Amino acid sequence: MGIVEAILLSVITAATPLVLAAIGELVTERSGVLNLGVEGMMIMGAVSAFAITQITGSPYLGMLAGVACGALFSQLFAFLTLTLVANQVATGLALTLLGIGVSGMMGESFLGMQGIKLQPIAIPLLADIPYLGPLLFRQDIIFYLSIAIVAGVHWFLFRSRAGLKLRAVGDSHASAHALGVSVIRTRYLAVMFGGACAGLAGAQLSLVYTPQWVENMSAGRGWIALALVVFSSWRPWRLVAGGYLFGAVSISQLHAQAFGLGIPSQLLSSLPYVATIVVLILISHNRRMTLINTPASLGKPFVPDR
Amino acid sequence: MRIELEKRAKVSTLFSILSPFIAFLLTIIFGGIMFALLGKNPVMALYSFFVEPLSEVWSLHELAIKAAPLILIAVGLSVCFRSNNWNIGAEGQFIMGAIAGSILPVVLYDWQSPLVLPLMMLMGMLGGALFAAIPAFLKAHMNTNEILTSLMLVYVAQLFLDWLVRGPWRNPGGMNFPETRTFAVDAILPEMIASGRTHWGFAFAIIAAVLVWFMMRYTLKGFEISVLGQSERAGRFAGFSSRRMIWFSMLLSGAFAGLAGISEVSGAIQQLRPVISPGYGFTAIIVAFLGRLNPLGIVAAGLVLALTYLGGEAAQLSIGVSEKVTRVFQGLLLFFVLSCDTLIHYRIKLVFDRLTATNSEGSR
Repeated sequence: MGIVEAILLSVITAATPLVLAAIGELVTERSGVLNLGVEGMMIMGAVSAFAITQITGSPYLGMLAGVACGALFSQLFAFLTLTLVANQVATGLALTLLGIGVSGMMGESFLGMQGIKLQPIAIPLLADIPYLGPLLFRQDIIFYLSIAIVAGVHWFLFRSRAGLKLRAVGDSHASAHALGVSVIRTRYLAVMFGGACAGLAGAQLSLVYTPQWVENMSAGRGWIALALVVFSSWRPWRLVAGGYLFGAVSISQLHAQAFGLGIPSQLLSSLPYVATIVVLILISHNRRMTLINTPASLGKPFVPDR
Repeated sequence: MRIELEKRAKVSTLFSILSPFIAFLLTIIFGGIMFALLGKNPVMALYSFFVEPLSEVWSLHELAIKAAPLILIAVGLSVCFRSNNWNIGAEGQFIMGAIAGSILPVVLYDWQSPLVLPLMMLMGMLGGALFAAIPAFLKAHMNTNEILTSLMLVYVAQLFLDWLVRGPWRNPGGMNFPETRTFAVDAILPEMIASGRTHWGFAFAIIAAVLVWFMMRYTLKGFEISVLGQSERAGRFAGFSSRRMIWFSMLLSGAFAGLAGISEVSGAIQQLRPVISPGYGFTAIIVAFLGRLNPLGIVAAGLVLALTYLGGEAAQLSIGVSEKVTRVFQGLLLFFVLSCDTLIHYRIKLVFDRLTATNSEGSR
């Protein structure tokens, strides 16, 4: 395997958790809910995936546990913001802080353990295509899932009736409510989907990216995923492009170090964060475009009048 | 069974006072359950977590040392949050304040003068404010979401500090440890009271809280902050500029976080290390909300959150639970605070029967 292929492979591995967490948040935000707890749900997914893998010996069960844990954890946010109409920004932060705390405690007994990696699955025939095969068709299941989920979300949002309703809820909850769509139920489900995707992204971190448990191992990826949603203008395929761009930026530090360019490692490590800021500026300095793309009810609480 | 909210005709004064206490009580109950699940005696555990640290003079001093940065940062954040500017990068501004304030004692090590300390404090405030100016500029003039930019800058600040203490600012006589020189006596924030370690950072925190309380309550600026926070449109009609408010609130909270940073480094640690904060900037967000964004409430809330840090350490020693319990407690507390705040604006009704719900709808 050549150096170019190795680099591309590592880009894919770095991008997958970003794409997954962001596509979940995209659906949540399309329903009008801003969940800043992505980082917390992701780290909970990572720790529970690792723990269940260690206990059962099966990374697939671990992966499912990550998804379930992310979905369950997100419902805490949903209950507070949707049922009790608490402030969404503050509650999202609370979810992140709680997730970091709880995961740190849960994972303490797993620190330093050798993890079990999710093995790649070769897709017959396709895997033998030169160059493309090893890159795209000899991957672990989470990569395949990430692409399938993006395609599914695109179809759901723009081709299905339920997706239309979800977008209606996000753009004008009062109108959607008047037409008989259950705003609160739609939003509960959208938040849960976001949680499940963030959980899967976390599972990818502790089962594929670096198969071990390290405290705070999500390292701000949940926040980068939030920025990616803005970058994508809430469109699924654009989000994939953004995710891979960020994946490339975040692994560039490893390769630059390998080439020994003499740049301080801290400077390279800060690149993804700086890149996020730059991209946010580029995408949002045009006030009108931002206004057109953003779901109109994003972050606004809804209390049905009775 | 469903939960329904009914908007109160006016804000409940009773619950706006009670809600932080209810939240704290719920946190303790949940904490007790958690300790029981971990196989510890919950009463013993809660005692060593919340009472033991208060029983000795030296630990009261530790409480004040930990509360100082929390209060100082949270007071600044309360101005931001009230005016609807979500600065969540106080941790980064804390670090940059600490770095800027440390230029004198680290780089100009030989310069000794009574001027050093006041200059350090000023530079700390300046460092924090300048770092907060980045998200402020981006929000005010580039329409960029301040939540994401201020948070991203936390990572940048942490990495910058890491580079400094491992590289150019490393103590030449320090056997390659990643830390700067220990500050000279002139650069150390003195103790406030003879009985222990509490330094002047605590006084800064109290002064800041009182000043901001006065500003919010008695000045036009305070009114401007509240109006713009509740309705930008209404603020515009009154001639207030939300752009100027972004700058004001972000710079103020940045300066306070920076002052907290240099006070912590100069008063408690007395050198720079790769990690100088156990997440004060994030915990201060909890402090701000537990204090209901009221500077005087924040003083009390800061002491409570400082207690969770001490309690974590104490509980680890006396009953052998991980000190990571602290973060769980802090997270739980914020959750309960936010949910109890609902009681201030709404009456919560449990609806057991579908029929009554449709009836009430029909009667409208």
